[in-house]
Amino acid sequence: MSKQIIIPFGPQHPVLPEPIHLDLVLEDEKVVDAIPTIGYVHRGLEKLVEKREFPEYVFIAERICGICSFIHSQAYVQGIEQIMGLEVPERAQFLRTIWGEYSRMHSHLLWLGLFADSMGFESVFMNAWRLREHLLDDMEATTGGRVIQGVCKVGGVRKDISPEKLDEMLKGLRTLEHELRDLLNVFLYDSSIKYRLKGLGKLSSEDAYYLGAVGPTARGSGIDIDMRSTGYGAFDRINFKPVVEHDGDCYARCAVRAKELFTSIDIIDQCIRKMPDGPVDMKFTGAPDGEYFSRAEQPRGEVVHYIKGNGKRNILRHRVRTPTFTNIPPLVTLLKGVELADVPVVVLTIDPCIGCSER
Amino acid sequence: MSIFQMTKTVLKSLFSRPATLMYPAKPAKITPITRGHVKIDPAKCIACRLCQRKCPTQAICVEPKEKSWQIDQMRCIVCSACVDACPTTCLTMETQHRPAMTARGGIEKYTVAGPKKKEPAAAPAGGAAPAKE
Repeated sequence: MSKQIIIPFGPQHPVLPEPIHLDLVLEDEKVVDAIPTIGYVHRGLEKLVEKREFPEYVFIAERICGICSFIHSQAYVQGIEQIMGLEVPERAQFLRTIWGEYSRMHSHLLWLGLFADSMGFESVFMNAWRLREHLLDDMEATTGGRVIQGVCKVGGVRKDISPEKLDEMLKGLRTLEHELRDLLNVFLYDSSIKYRLKGLGKLSSEDAYYLGAVGPTARGSGIDIDMRSTGYGAFDRINFKPVVEHDGDCYARCAVRAKELFTSIDIIDQCIRKMPDGPVDMKFTGAPDGEYFSRAEQPRGEVVHYIKGNGKRNILRHRVRTPTFTNIPPLVTLLKGVELADVPVVVLTIDPCIGCSER
Repeated sequence: MSIFQMTKTVLKSLFSRPATLMYPAKPAKITPITRGHVKIDPAKCIACRLCQRKCPTQAICVEPKEKSWQIDQMRCIVCSACVDACPTTCLTMETQHRPAMTARGGIEKYTVAGPKKKEPAAAPAGGAAPAKE
């Protein structure tokens, strides 16, 4: 048996957009264990809820993550609305769904770019981010912000989209779909990418279930778990099927994200066609008194916002369980047995969002 | 077959315009509702402190007695909550982003018109009441 050595990976590493530290225990070139450490970007946002009034905290909830920001604010306001028993206007629910899917698409494209870059495929990285720009432009034109939209508020949304703009968005998405096919053909069918990813970092469906994997990590291992099926927002009026792959390797997780882009386009298409007329927000009085677990599907998986209020303007407790946090135990299992040179690729396949997981 | 695919991509890239913008030379893309930075019209401000209450980052500080309105542009997260709350619409959202700063700064202080007292008929009821706080 060869001697074991420990190689530190991160917190600063070229493939990592955010700081996570892994101590990789190696035997020759093979990883036998990985010890993760987080805590580099903790900001104490859950404590801050006691100091801010609940309608203003939406802006802070949105800033928990810099990529999947919109769905954080949506999950938070849903929790507040459920506690207070507010009936949010239909149009607001549809608009939230549209913006949520836009942020899912831009997150997936960002990830696909970073993933290609981690394999040394730089031109695909540039192309993925070029296409992402179209989505960000649409988001800026409808909400005023490119990534941090700031349109969710308790009782509805702050901005409406005109029918002309909706048509324009739909047309833009159709052109984008065409270009996406060209790009995703590279990820799904290119022989060198397949050679790099097939069979790498296998996670069996039992492991994924027992370790609590969520989102594309779980769906890549054949577990059909998608919070959008629970029908929050306007998803109960939308027909869609979660993308599930059964191989459990890096290629399957990549394929799930690639195919989800088309699911998102389809969902936005249905939302625009079914969009009801009416107001986009409502007035409310009082403050939340009670507790609620609000669940939503982020690009990285299921997010849980636990909110507890006592009838005052400041909330008593706010706890967020983010998808990356639950995906770290599966990551440790994934890393066991891979070569050192494959570690960056395997780490990226869970789409680590450390800012999220530390709040 | 893949050689044709590659030729197609190469030709497309050769003859199309660059996807990027020469940013500082050319201005960035903005839309009419882009949130750039908060601007105040001091003549219209009644120092009601609603913006200060609504600000999630406590970037705004209003002193009704001194008739001053102060914003820390480095603290401001450009959420536009103050613009929505302002009863006299003296706060507006500019579409241009503020230029980058290299040192701590960005505090802007204005002397504003302050609460209206002499004209009970002209002053809005909502504006006069919060000024007493």
